[in-house]
Amino acid sequence: MTYREALNMALREEMQRDPRVFIFGEEVGLYDGAYKVTQGLLKEFGPKRVVDTPICESGFTGVGIGAAMVGLRPVVEMMTFNFSILALDQIINSAAKMYYMSGGQFNIPIVIRGPGGPAYQLAAQHSQSMESYFYHVPGLKVVRPTTPADAKGLLKSAIRDDNPVVFIEAETLYPIKGEVSDDPDFTIPLGQAIVRREGRDVTVVAYVGMMYRAMEVAAELDTEGLSVEVVDPRTLRPMDTETIIGSVRKTHRAVVVEAGAGFAGMGSEIAAFITEQAFDDLDAPVERVTGANAPMPYARNLERAKTPSNERIAEAIRKVCSANGR
Amino acid sequence: MAQLTPAAPGVDAGLARQLLSQMMLIRRFEEKAAESYALGKIGGFLHLYIGEEAVAVGASSVLRPDDYAISAYREHGHCLAKGSDPRRVMAELFGRRDGLSHGKGGSMHLFDKTTNFLGGHAIVGAHLPLAAGVAFANKYRGGDQAIVCYFGDGAVAQGEFHESMNLAALWKLPVVYICENNGYAMGTSVERALAQTEIWRFGHAYGVPGEAVDGMDVLAVREAVGRAVDRARREQAPTLLEARTYRFRGHSMRDPAGAIYRTKEEVEHEKQRDPILLFRTRCLQEGWLTEADVKTVEKDVNDLIDEAVAFADASPEPPLEWLLSDIYKEG
Repeated sequence: MTYREALNMALREEMQRDPRVFIFGEEVGLYDGAYKVTQGLLKEFGPKRVVDTPICESGFTGVGIGAAMVGLRPVVEMMTFNFSILALDQIINSAAKMYYMSGGQFNIPIVIRGPGGPAYQLAAQHSQSMESYFYHVPGLKVVRPTTPADAKGLLKSAIRDDNPVVFIEAETLYPIKGEVSDDPDFTIPLGQAIVRREGRDVTVVAYVGMMYRAMEVAAELDTEGLSVEVVDPRTLRPMDTETIIGSVRKTHRAVVVEAGAGFAGMGSEIAAFITEQAFDDLDAPVERVTGANAPMPYARNLERAKTPSNERIAEAIRKVCSANGR
Repeated sequence: MAQLTPAAPGVDAGLARQLLSQMMLIRRFEEKAAESYALGKIGGFLHLYIGEEAVAVGASSVLRPDDYAISAYREHGHCLAKGSDPRRVMAELFGRRDGLSHGKGGSMHLFDKTTNFLGGHAIVGAHLPLAAGVAFANKYRGGDQAIVCYFGDGAVAQGEFHESMNLAALWKLPVVYICENNGYAMGTSVERALAQTEIWRFGHAYGVPGEAVDGMDVLAVREAVGRAVDRARREQAPTLLEARTYRFRGHSMRDPAGAIYRTKEEVEHEKQRDPILLFRTRCLQEGWLTEADVKTVEKDVNDLIDEAVAFADASPEPPLEWLLSDIYKEG
C-alpha cells in the first residue's frame, strides 16, 4: 500500500469510528484532494463531513478550532503546508494556547495535516520544510511520518489525541509503498521514535526523505566496515529523547540530518539535548547535515544542492567516525 | 438626551431590574478594576468596558444558558453578563488561583465552561472564525444553540472578519456577530480605518442580514439581538449587528483618558448618553422601578463587587507547579 493510501485508510477508519471526526480543506471533496489523500471520502461520508472550503486558510482553520472547542474533532487539510503560514496565528495563538490560557477548560482536539518538505522544482514558496515553525510552540504536537505504516498509525493517533497536532506529510513520499496493517485498531503512539537500522559505530537521526537517504548511505558504508544505526524520531514534539540518547550512549557518535535550513533547525535541538544529556558518552562533536540556509531555488542543479545529498551525509558520518580514533 | 425606543414589549419590573442591575454590576466591577490596577493588584493590559454595558447586557438577556458567547479582549462585561461569578472574574484579573482561568489568562483571556463563555481572545479579528466554528458544530450536531460573537470596529479591517462573513453566509451558520462600534480602534477613528463606516453594510456584500442599533439603549440591543438569535435558531443563518456605542475611558489603563485622539467635548457629549443613566431614567418614567428600588440595586451591586475584590485579595497565587500544567491534555 502507498503512503497516500495509508493516510486515506486512516482517515476513513477514524471517520467510521467517530462521528465527531470531519474533514475541512481546499479541494478535499469534489476534487478528491489536490494530492488525492481524501479520495472517495466525500462519496462515502457526504458533504456534511467532507467539507470543501474556499481559499482562506486562516478562516477555515479558525472555524475548525472553534468546532474543536465545543467537542468536534476536525481534520483540517492544508493543500500544502506552505499555505499554513496564512493560518499560523490561528494555529499558534488559538489552537496551541487555548487549553493553557483557559486554565485547562478548553482543549483543542484538531489535526492540521498536509504535505510539506522539499518537492520537485516547485521553487521557494511551494517547497520548504515547515516543521520548525511549529515545534517551537508549547501546546502543539508535531508529527513527520516516514513510512506508509507510520502514516496510518500516527495519523490515527493524531486524530484520537485531545490536543492540536500538526501532521506534516512528505510530498515526495506519497507514492512510496510499504507494509501497512489493515487492522482498524492499529495505531502508533505519538512521541515514539524507532530504530530503523541497528548499528554500532554511529547514530544517524533522520526523518521523512532524509531517513531514506541515511539508510542508503548506511548500506554503502557497511561495505567500508562502518556500522551505522539510523533512528527516526517520527514525532518531533514531544520528542522521544530517550531512544535517541540510548542509541548515542551505545554508538558514542551522532549525526543529525534534516532537509530544512540548518539555522535553529531540528538538528540544533537534537544536537543540544545529546550534548546536554550524553556529553560524557560522546567521542566526537555532534555533526549536523542540513539544508542550505537559502530559500528553495527552482533550477534543477541548485535545487539538488539545497538539500543534503547522500555524499554529504556519508562525509559527515566518516568525519565523526574518524575523530578520536575509532 | 437621546430618544429611547418607543415601545418596550415584554418589559416588566423583573426584567428592568435585571438589566439595570447587570449594567450597574459591570460598571462597578470596571471601576473597582481600575482602582485595583492603580494599586498594582492587576498588571498587564486592562481594557475597560465603561460606557458600553448596554450591549453585553441587552444581548445576553435573550440568550439561553446553553447558548455560547465569545469575545475579544475588552470582555469583562460579556463574561459577567453571560453569568460568570464576579468573584472569580476579579480573581482572574488579580492573577490568583481561584480565577476563572486559574490565573493563567488574566484580563484578556477569561473563559468559563460553566456558562459557555468561550473567551477572551486578544489577537484582533481572530475569534470571528472561532465563532463560526462553534456555529458549525451546533449545526453539525443538529442543535439549536446560538453563539454571539462580540468584536470591536477595529476587527472589521482584518481579513478574518471578511473570511468569517463569507463562510458564515456560504455555509448558513447560526452565528450572531455583534460589532461594538465605539468609534475608535485604539486611537484610530473609524473614519481613518474603514472605507465603509456603516459597518453593518459590510454584511450586504456577503448576503448576511444586518442592522445598526443604538448600543446605548439596552432595550434596543435586546430587541435586535433577539431577532438575530431567532434567525440563528429557526433559519440557521448568520446576522451582523452594529451596536453604536462609546467607551468613556481610554483604550486601556495605559491610555487612561483617551485624550490624544478625541476631544474632551466629544467625550462629555457622549457621556450624556450613558446607557445606565438612560435606562435608569426610563425605568423610573415607566414605573418599572422606584427610586428606592434603584437604590437597593445600587447597594446590592456595590456589596457584590466589594465581595469580589475581597475574594480576589484572599485567593492565593497559583502554585509554581502550575507553570507547566494545562499545556497538553493527557489521554
